[in-house]
Amino acid sequence: MTRDEITAGLAEILEEVAGVNPDDVAEGKSFTDDLDVDSLSMVEVVVAAEEKFGVKIPDNEVQNLKTVGDAVSYIAAQS
Amino acid sequence: MSLPDVVVTGLGATTPLGGDVASTWDAMLAGRSGVSALTQEWAGQLSVRIAAQLAVEPSEVLERVKLRRLDRSEAIAIIAAQQAWADAGLADSGLDPERLAVSVGSGIGGATTLLAQDDILEASGPRRVSPHTVPMLMPNGPAAWVGLELGAKAGVHSVASACATGAEAIALGLDIIRAGRADVVVAGGTEAVIHPLPIAGFASMRAMSTRNDEPERASRPWDKGRDGFVLGEGAGVVVLERADHAAARGARVYARLAGAGITSDAYDIVQPHAEGEGAIRAIAKAIADADVAKTDIRHVNAHATSTPVGDMLEIGALHKALGDHPVLSATKSMTGHLLGAAGALESIAAILAIRDSVVPPTINLDDPDEGLTMDVAAHKARHLEIPAALNNAFGFGGHNVALVFTRA
Repeated sequence: MTRDEITAGLAEILEEVAGVNPDDVAEGKSFTDDLDVDSLSMVEVVVAAEEKFGVKIPDNEVQNLKTVGDAVSYIAAQS
Repeated sequence: MSLPDVVVTGLGATTPLGGDVASTWDAMLAGRSGVSALTQEWAGQLSVRIAAQLAVEPSEVLERVKLRRLDRSEAIAIIAAQQAWADAGLADSGLDPERLAVSVGSGIGGATTLLAQDDILEASGPRRVSPHTVPMLMPNGPAAWVGLELGAKAGVHSVASACATGAEAIALGLDIIRAGRADVVVAGGTEAVIHPLPIAGFASMRAMSTRNDEPERASRPWDKGRDGFVLGEGAGVVVLERADHAAARGARVYARLAGAGITSDAYDIVQPHAEGEGAIRAIAKAIADADVAKTDIRHVNAHATSTPVGDMLEIGALHKALGDHPVLSATKSMTGHLLGAAGALESIAAILAIRDSVVPPTINLDDPDEGLTMDVAAHKARHLEIPAALNNAFGFGGHNVALVFTRA
């Protein structure tokens, strides 16, 4: 899966869970500061991403995933 | 020091009869039933397959992403509160948030969230349980959400007294203003538990009507053929305001909340006291608190749920506490029983009855019980000057609440 494909998949999840406009989702964007994803929604995003991409994202990794790009890199490395 | 007068300056509701107060009231005066057959697949296994479901789905009002983190009871509390808030004209009034409180309760709370998340736990494991589960099911959720939406900082309160909740929440609002802890209180009740488990529970108590083939005729308070209540869902919210505060900003005033009476039976966990002793005391306390003449109370919106025992006990209590001059109405004949929201919605009906000088009808009263010794506006609304009206609400646990509203 390419980085763009992973970003697109995350954008779908972010729209469903937090109502984020998919056009706003890009690797440089911070989940909390730019996309307004709060901590409870972030939990939902992580669980949905695990399911969608067939990866495991342990809780202690989630705090390192500040931006969409961080998440894309983590998922790309796992899958 | 005399207590400050408290008035009602805003109303909001979403009910089985309409998505707002105006449509609900129009339907009530027209004698329309909000009860229908449950067509959901799960209903097939139940002995009770009817309910009074919301006329307007919350998804038509609130955005999807917001709804994902709200229990249905929270969503409709927000909708009713926003309506009441706008109706009161408080949105841009410059009200100090520290003088605004919320008192919104629910009889059962976020039961459908609890049950849905338990299904997910069983089917997919704990990691799939939503992180929104706890704030969705906590019983203070509706009050907290309303407080959040309106920016209330004088405290949010969540009364829970089963089917007396909505009325008791309004009574608490009265106390808060009288005690000087707020100038405005957004008060009411909410309930949304149309789900097989609560229905099965009530049905096992033999408390519900099983007139499945005639949904619109199932809720029939005081009628000989009554066989239990019909579950309804909805929310009702009023804006209570210190009278001089309302006057200073030139607010439109619907009515005065003149007094409240609250008692408990200490008799049985679900059965009302055999002589209605607690109900009689609540009505008497409300009248004394309101300082009105019994004869001024020309209308009562009764609790009257359509159960064989409760309906007649209330008639006895009203007769004893008030005499036989008021004209009664059981609007649950149309709305079904909104449990924790009932006392709030029926307070709204009593307030509008005063405003419009009209007693809403009690439908399905085709063959009145011999014990019905008081005057009821059966089938059709009746025009009547109403200087003061009483609303009763009683709940499992032996809760009795009576509220007196008077013409402003």
